[in-house]
Amino acid sequence: MPDRDRELLAALLRGIEPEERPFRALAERFGTSEEAIVARIRRWLAEGLLTRFGPLFDIEKLGGAVTLCAMAVPPERFEAVAAAVGRHPEVAHNYERAHHLNMWFVVAAESRARIDAVIRAIERETGLAVLDLPKEREYFLEFVPEPP
Amino acid sequence: MELSATDRRLLAELERGLPLVPRPYALLGARVGLPEAEVMARLRRLRDGGVVRRFGLVVRHRRLGYRANAMVVWDVPEVRVRAAGLRLAALPFVTLCYRRRRHPAWPYNLYCMIHGRVRAAVEERIEEASRLAGLRSCPRRVLFSRRCFKQTGARYFSAPGAPAHAGPGP
Repeated sequence: MPDRDRELLAALLRGIEPEERPFRALAERFGTSEEAIVARIRRWLAEGLLTRFGPLFDIEKLGGAVTLCAMAVPPERFEAVAAAVGRHPEVAHNYERAHHLNMWFVVAAESRARIDAVIRAIERETGLAVLDLPKEREYFLEFVPEPP
Repeated sequence: MELSATDRRLLAELERGLPLVPRPYALLGARVGLPEAEVMARLRRLRDGGVVRRFGLVVRHRRLGYRANAMVVWDVPEVRVRAAGLRLAALPFVTLCYRRRRHPAWPYNLYCMIHGRVRAAVEERIEEASRLAGLRSCPRRVLFSRRCFKQTGARYFSAPGAPAHAGPGP
């Protein structure tokens, strides 16, 4: 990725303001137009570099809940189990990791009760145990890409 | 923080993604039947209230060239976990750092994510993080990621049956 793109990406990671023309300051800084900035974001989305451009919610501030789950999935069933888990809209970020506990995913929902229901449904559908590892405290830091 | 039905309708629309046009809040307003100024005022309130952390990008680290990604977990005595977590979070290569509830089958309570371009670089960073956070004596597991199956933020407002479907209103 060219340096300028990386700089733009880093600026956009910090977020835009809820103001009439939120891309105007960036366009000026990068010596381009607002249309060019949004076109670049659209291209990154189309290329799969970004999953989304939008709000990052703090679900817990809304009375919602989020947890990290882990499963030990037999390797030959991994893809089928990943598909079953992924069908739940409450599931995000499902990663295969190199460990006996090889499937790790996040569940976020409007209530802790809903999370429990999703976990029970996944256990029923897959016949596998789900470890529920809720967050107790977050030490938050933004991800900013380092220079190449 | 309390949300009105209108806030929820707005967030459900926004969750699909901010319209990628020079005046996104005007278009968003047109979609939900609100003037641009009201959309911005409501979103500012939600941001200031902490419901929305920021409006921005969600990146796929792998596509950016960060092919090595490890989740590192430690089993840390309760009296030390906070100080260690704060030290980890301050490191530039640590992206997320959490304390989590221990599980009988998984006794670890401190988690962080470390990204890098190659595995060897991540391994070096893990050693550095362990040293700087005073965690070298704590039991540790390193779980490198192999494949990513789903990285879509979970849908909250626009999921079927979500509270956003309570219907329109003030």
